Amino acid sequence: MLTDLEREIVKRLQDGLPLVPEPFAALAAELGIGEEELLAAVEDLQRRGVMRRLGAALQHLRVGYTANAMVAWRVPDARMPEVAAVFAGFHEVTHCYERKTAPGWPYNLYTVIHRPERNECLAIIERMQQAAGIDDYVVLFSTAELKRTSMRYFCD
Amino acid sequence: MQLDERDRKLLDRVQKSIPLTGRPYLALARELGMSEDEVLARLKRMKEAGIIRRLGGIFDSRKVGYTGTLCAARVPPEAVEEVARVVNAYPGVTHNYLRDHQYNMWFTILAPSEARLREIVEEIKVRTGIEDILELPAVNIYKIFVTFRMDGVGHAHGPGKGDS
Repeated sequence: MLTDLEREIVKRLQDGLPLVPEPFAALAAELGIGEEELLAAVEDLQRRGVMRRLGAALQHLRVGYTANAMVAWRVPDARMPEVAAVFAGFHEVTHCYERKTAPGWPYNLYTVIHRPERNECLAIIERMQQAAGIDDYVVLFSTAELKRTSMRYFCD
Repeated sequence: MQLDERDRKLLDRVQKSIPLTGRPYLALARELGMSEDEVLARLKRMKEAGIIRRLGGIFDSRKVGYTGTLCAARVPPEAVEEVARVVNAYPGVTHNYLRDHQYNMWFTILAPSEARLREIVEEIKVRTGIEDILELPAVNIYKIFVTFRMDGVGHAHGPGKGDS
């Protein structure tokens, strides 16, 4: 799937891009390849969608997004793509995933909203419910963040 | 740490992307009307303050070759701390939240293979004594969060596949 070199690149880039004027030259030197070769390989990882982006991930608890509501919806299979598109169209929805159900747990579509206030989340959920016409759902507000990290691949 | 106008401008920009070029911080600096030194100094400060959790590559777990699931566990309140200790010790557990529900502990697991994923779930059950754990793997991703705009509006992209 990934070449040995690509795995090494993933391992390094997941730990962060060095904060020095020529970060790719620094990483390339560690990998024993040229800067141009590294940049081409990174571009290729991005083109294939292996790397979504090279950028900053923020600690959102510290920038004012304290209320996080996950809503689990029970959507008839035949309506799934349509309802998912309606929910994904809400700019307040940051994630919209279809998931397998489990015994005793019939919910199959999950949306996440991060807002400064709980009441704002509830108002958005009500609009979503009305827009999609889905009445069977569970609101799951977060009460504590016990862990939030980025995955470190190829380190296990 | 207080963020000023220039910090916010820089955060908005670096959440989207860092240019794939030899001097990426210089390229950002020119775009934003700053010097390369200022960009580097501000990024360092925000990273040290924990506002930037990570500045690097953000990968699609499936395309990297990993598999994963969301789990929901029903944990008695008095056991939450101990169960969280066991669960969070796995490097593949990247997110764990307490939520207002009978299923009160929600965590994601990523593993390099289906077999390893099974093993982790079984180990967690044995080591915590919690049997009631729902496994809810993603089958389709319609939208995935990308950035937070610093004026308070979330941006997201979709559709795509990946994550747990």
